[in-house]
Amino acid sequence: MSLELVLEYMVSPAFVEGALMTLLLTLCSIVCGVAVGLVIALLQDTKTKIGQALTTLYLWLFRGTPVLFQIIFIYNVLPSFGIRLSAFVSGVLALSLNEGAYMAEIVRSGLQAVKTGQRVAGLALGMTRGQVLRFIVIPQAARIVLPPMGNQLIGMLKLSALVSVIAVQDLLLVANQIASANFRYFEALTAAGIYYLAMTTVFMMLQMALERALDPKARRKTRKWTLTQRLLSVSNEVATR
Amino acid sequence: MQDINDKPLLVLEGIEKSFGALKVLKGCSLSVSASETVVVIGPSGSGKSTLLRCMNLLEPIDNGVILFEDREISGERNDKHVVRKQIGMVFQGFELFQHLSAVENIMLAPVKVLGMSRADAHDIAVGLLRKVHIPDKAGAFPDELSGGQQQRVAIARALAMKPKVMLYDEPTSALDPEMIREVLDVMAELSAEGMTSVVVTHEIGFARSAANRIVFMDGGEIVENKFTEEFFSGAVGGRARRFLDQILH
Ligand SMILES: Nc1ncnc2c1ncn2[C@@H]1O[C@H](COP(=O)(O)OP(=O)(O)OP(=O)(O)O)[C@@H](O)[C@H]1O
Ligand SMILES: [Mg+2]
Repeated sequence: MSLELVLEYMVSPAFVEGALMTLLLTLCSIVCGVAVGLVIALLQDTKTKIGQALTTLYLWLFRGTPVLFQIIFIYNVLPSFGIRLSAFVSGVLALSLNEGAYMAEIVRSGLQAVKTGQRVAGLALGMTRGQVLRFIVIPQAARIVLPPMGNQLIGMLKLSALVSVIAVQDLLLVANQIASANFRYFEALTAAGIYYLAMTTVFMMLQMALERALDPKARRKTRKWTLTQRLLSVSNEVATR
Repeated sequence: MQDINDKPLLVLEGIEKSFGALKVLKGCSLSVSASETVVVIGPSGSGKSTLLRCMNLLEPIDNGVILFEDREISGERNDKHVVRKQIGMVFQGFELFQHLSAVENIMLAPVKVLGMSRADAHDIAVGLLRKVHIPDKAGAFPDELSGGQQQRVAIARALAMKPKVMLYDEPTSALDPEMIREVLDVMAELSAEGMTSVVVTHEIGFARSAANRIVFMDGGEIVENKFTEEFFSGAVGGRARRFLDQILH
């Protein structure tokens, strides 16, 4: 293996763009996935028959089929109904809809961890249901759902490689294309692997920093910085924003 | 004891409420005047909490009318929060917001509901913490406070909305004996200043000294509704007397 070639690949525009595409796919899909999950969780909590039926159908569909199937389905079948989406949008749509089905469970566990008494206290102060959700329930649930959501984020980074089947120029597809031109698979895939590992590591560090920032008491106390925080050099102040 | 305005602030008429097949309130009527302190006592399951929760529309009623400042509020559907802004409530379990410090707990509703500036809300919160005798706990989080301190923050939190009436649901029942006093003292001070209050409690000492009127509930009915002196002078029926005997001995 030629280390030089690995390095050359890593700084080549095609690889950088591929990595950025993977990052963009991941972030878009996770954000939309959380939104979808929140909607499903809230629908489930309304305990109306129609809400229950809709969410059950949704979970059944999206948990019962492979993500790869969902990606290919959305990209290839929707156009025949006149819905034309770019490969990127199709990829994000499929990944977020699939993610939402799993995120709903996480969101629900977070919402349920906030006891009803807290909501009642908010209502008794004259807040609307929306305000209670925003200022009381979500901030408290966030601390509970953050660790599992961080894991989902890292999972999403890896899952995003699947969109290479619909020709989104993500990191894996770029690596594969470059390698198949000259059969330097080892170097090209090593370069891609380093990018993946670098991104997952950064995500993990961010997750730890965020967890700390969401700990309300951390905002007040100046504790010793952990190694990760030194590496990230984020101050308390920045992390809270 | 302060003068009591004759003007009724909160009026309940014939309130009925069922949970499924269980009829919990069987036509309760009660009028609370401005500046008055009414203590509600009665055995467990008699409907005291439910009655209190009906007053600020936390519990929808099946029948009856609730008037607040001469306006019917019991028909309110979408503007319940507007009514609740003016009615403070204190719970047995304190229910401080766990993610906020004492001072932030107090500031939240004035800022988000009343649209007050954070600076003004902070001033009010600091003043209220002084009023409930814990000026040095502004930055403390709920889990760093004793039960008695938490309940006093909860009272301050309700007061920050400048409510016209305070509802207390067994505010000292979850407290260790040595902390009951500090909470009751704050409540008694507020009552003495003329804060209209409805208090569900088993603290007969508080009822004797701070209440203008005692309401005794049993089986979903208001069985007695008497001035404090009258109530404790023995001018009550058998059910109330038996209840008093039980909790006093
Ligand atoms: N949400 C509810 N669903 C069903 N039943 C309820 C509900 N809330 C209260 N009840 C029932 O209504 C009755 C009255 O309850 P309530 O809490 O008002 O009594 P209470 O006088 O406050 O009693 P305690 O002194 O134990 O607090 C009880 O039998 C209780 O089990
Ligand atoms: Mg009760």
